[in-house]
Amino acid sequence: MVDRIADPWGERTPYGPGQEWPVRVDRFLDGGRSEADVDRWVQSASVLHSNGDAMDIAVADGRIVGVRGRAVDRINRGRLDPKDLYGWQANHSPDRLTRPLVRDGDRLVETDWDTAMGRIVARSKELLDGPGGWGHFGFYTTGQLFLEEYYTLGVIGKAGLGTPHMDGNTRLCTATAAAAMKASFGTDGQPGSYTDVDHCDAIALWGHNVAETQTVLWMRMLDRRRGPNPPAMLAVDPRATPVAREADLHLAVRNGTNVALLNGLLREIIRRGWYDRDYVDAYTLGFDELCHIVDGYPPHRVADICDVPAADVERAAELLGSSQRLLSTVLQGFYQSNQATAASCAVNNLHLIRGMIGHPGAGIYQMNGQPTAQNTRETGADGDLPGLRNWDNERHIEELARLWNVEVDRIPHWAPPTHAMQIFRYAEQGSIKLLWISATNPAVSLPDLSRIRRILAKPDLFVVVQDLFRTETAELADVVLPAATWGEKTGTFTSVDRTVHISDKAVDPPGEAKPDLDIFLDYARRMDFRDRDGNPLIRWTGPEEVFEAWKECSRGRPCDYTGITYEKLRGGSGIQWPCTQEQPDGTERLYTDGHFNTDPDYCETYGQDLATGAEFTESEYRAKEPRGRAFLHSVDYQPSPEVPDDDHPMLLATGRTVYQFHTRTKTGRAPQLNRAAPDVWVELNPADAERLGIAEGDLVGVSSARGAIQARARLCGIRPGVVFLPFHYGYFDQNPADRTPRAANELTITAWDPVSKQPLFKVAAVAVAKLADGRGEPSPAPTVGGSAPPTDADVPPTVGGPAAQATSGKE
Amino acid sequence: MQLAHYLGLLHRAQVNLADAFRQVADAHAEEPDIQHLCQQQAKRCDTYAEQLRPFAARYSEDAPAEPDRLHSQLFTGTRTGGIGLLRDLQDLYLMAAECDIAWTVVGQAAYGARDDELLAVVRRCEGETAIQLKWLRTRMKAAAPQALVVAD
Repeated sequence: MVDRIADPWGERTPYGPGQEWPVRVDRFLDGGRSEADVDRWVQSASVLHSNGDAMDIAVADGRIVGVRGRAVDRINRGRLDPKDLYGWQANHSPDRLTRPLVRDGDRLVETDWDTAMGRIVARSKELLDGPGGWGHFGFYTTGQLFLEEYYTLGVIGKAGLGTPHMDGNTRLCTATAAAAMKASFGTDGQPGSYTDVDHCDAIALWGHNVAETQTVLWMRMLDRRRGPNPPAMLAVDPRATPVAREADLHLAVRNGTNVALLNGLLREIIRRGWYDRDYVDAYTLGFDELCHIVDGYPPHRVADICDVPAADVERAAELLGSSQRLLSTVLQGFYQSNQATAASCAVNNLHLIRGMIGHPGAGIYQMNGQPTAQNTRETGADGDLPGLRNWDNERHIEELARLWNVEVDRIPHWAPPTHAMQIFRYAEQGSIKLLWISATNPAVSLPDLSRIRRILAKPDLFVVVQDLFRTETAELADVVLPAATWGEKTGTFTSVDRTVHISDKAVDPPGEAKPDLDIFLDYARRMDFRDRDGNPLIRWTGPEEVFEAWKECSRGRPCDYTGITYEKLRGGSGIQWPCTQEQPDGTERLYTDGHFNTDPDYCETYGQDLATGAEFTESEYRAKEPRGRAFLHSVDYQPSPEVPDDDHPMLLATGRTVYQFHTRTKTGRAPQLNRAAPDVWVELNPADAERLGIAEGDLVGVSSARGAIQARARLCGIRPGVVFLPFHYGYFDQNPADRTPRAANELTITAWDPVSKQPLFKVAAVAVAKLADGRGEPSPAPTVGGSAPPTDADVPPTVGGPAAQATSGKE
Repeated sequence: MQLAHYLGLLHRAQVNLADAFRQVADAHAEEPDIQHLCQQQAKRCDTYAEQLRPFAARYSEDAPAEPDRLHSQLFTGTRTGGIGLLRDLQDLYLMAAECDIAWTVVGQAAYGARDDELLAVVRRCEGETAIQLKWLRTRMKAAAPQALVVAD
């Protein structure tokens, strides 16, 4: 037995380069049950992080009673994240929504589906009547539904209502991954495979605390590190995360300076001849311009801007430059920071100039933050078009119009789909009058919460919320629709490395809760959307029909699903797209021949200026004659929109703990997880704490130009001048009578990257002051992960105890 | 030689554009991308104007009196609201277009004057001005339908 709260990563199964990662099957069953007590196992995969770990759901007496990892799956080989081991219990939470709610004055009251949908449809028809009616609709969805649900929503928005105002909370987690891949390689789509960990000789983690965000991927990396010929490891992160502590070299850069660091590293690698001239000449564009820009970043200048030793910059360049099979992973430290797309493209540049792409061990993971974010992007339920099509390419729009049998001009394509922050701005200004929010909680997760609450509460904004619980957002809704969740519905979704999994229905949803797909289909039916021949626009009745339709939409595009069926996904491992008749087992790596998706007729974008987001035209793009070559984009470093000043002298970064997901809608209702990280904390460097007279456990006020919160202090290994707050904590489980401001996003700034439009959560200027003495009681921060206190601190360790005993079996 | 006048025209156009970018940034602070990028572009315009200064001095000795109606006023203050933003961006666009064509003219003159230093400055700056135009066009294209057709 193993306490996977105390040890989220479990026992090591070391292996060497080129070997297969050993199987280890993790299992947790409720209340001392054994496998003999399980009636049946139902195939699924994880929805509580973005790794895509495959699992089976244990069902007994019509209830979910536990989970176990799937040994046959290529991604996790049986392992599970602690959030998966314990998180399913939230499905049974007594406060699940079981009936629709509608607003009656200042209250939400229970009603039936007809009444709730009737109100939405009546308001929709009223708004749709008249020129520009489409523009009154906004949809804000998620990275946690299934492919079939997103595709249906995408068709409703684009061909039913004809609105471009649809985005996902993927804007907060993965928009930069998509933008950087589009910019460098022509389309979205991860070049690498998780098996690159098995082959690499160096791993660089760029702003990616993988130990807490994708624990199973970290297990794979650790198993390589404990085996023969382990890979070298470089971590770039302002915090002393488990990754930073494990790494051979840790660069704790000043927040917001990633572009300067990457420019400096690229300069060293080029100057010292560690790049592949033949690869650059044959397969890339823009090398001379890249050299010209990065030449301005010698190590001493990088040291000044990033506040790291110049010698470490040189050592990092050597680690990267001397590897033969380099693996890079990128996440929120880059995506949610200043110059996000430019910095992420610079990581692509590193791999392109070294020819480290498309062969085993040489991979890039531009990560996702959520389990199904990849599908939001692929199906066009966010700021992309279905099938990774180019909004500015008339032929691509015609393909969609043929597929859906609608007029081309029904599909909005006069500009890119509207990004989330602009959708909220239009709602604030009053031109968006109906905002439909599915499976996300913007009242806790968007920047500058007092503004977001003000928008959601506007009387002239009709807010629909589709969720499992009465979230902070649902409290502000006009109609709340009770949704079924994972384990209660069937669908597919796709991991970072393009692996498609099926998640089958194991049990019925509670009460009158319905699958999100059924809700969208019901709306389409009631709205009576028609195609150009007067037939119903959407004729699907269930997930497999939608999947088959989606396959046609994906045909010939990078994310080609045409060789996948539900049948094929059942029983074995997940399958990586593209999967076609010619490639029936899927495709492990993209760009193996150095040919990229940059052909003008095929690419997903004609390109943007990385400093401003200015769009290039088709003719400008064609003039570059990409001919399948990748783009080396380079820009100069620019300071963040907000930098510290006298009033707000410190920098705030927000982020996650291994025990919680998003706004704790599920993990906060799983007892083992919630006990491990029950309340907000603020991380401070001991030197800053001493200067401010703050000790471990003291109550601290953190304030910005937007707002103020209170949190107890954890003194730990974060870089001086920076404080960290987990963004998970909102207000749903606080007693309204003694509610204190604690959501990190009360403080964050409304600002975004000019290309990916991803908000900047890593660079708010804040002031920090002690409010009350902690009297020696430590903060509620876990002792595991980035919030680990110094080894000599008197803080009791985070453990799960008997309730968290799980099994872990090696074969 | 009349080059000094056109250098003066371009210099003043860049200074005016920088000022207008700042005014629009302040007036539309509730549009965070407008605020941030206009501030950023204002700083760029400052550096272009700064780079022109030595050449204005170099050629001013040879210059006759300034011709009539050399300068024009394109910007008379900011507006509010969705359509106001669109109009303000349109003013910025026209001002940037004035800079853009003036860079072209000055670049041609630099060839004629065999002034490689001036030509280097023109090459550096004219591409950036073209990007400013492109950004303003991109932003206006996205904003126009909502501001002109949808908003009350």
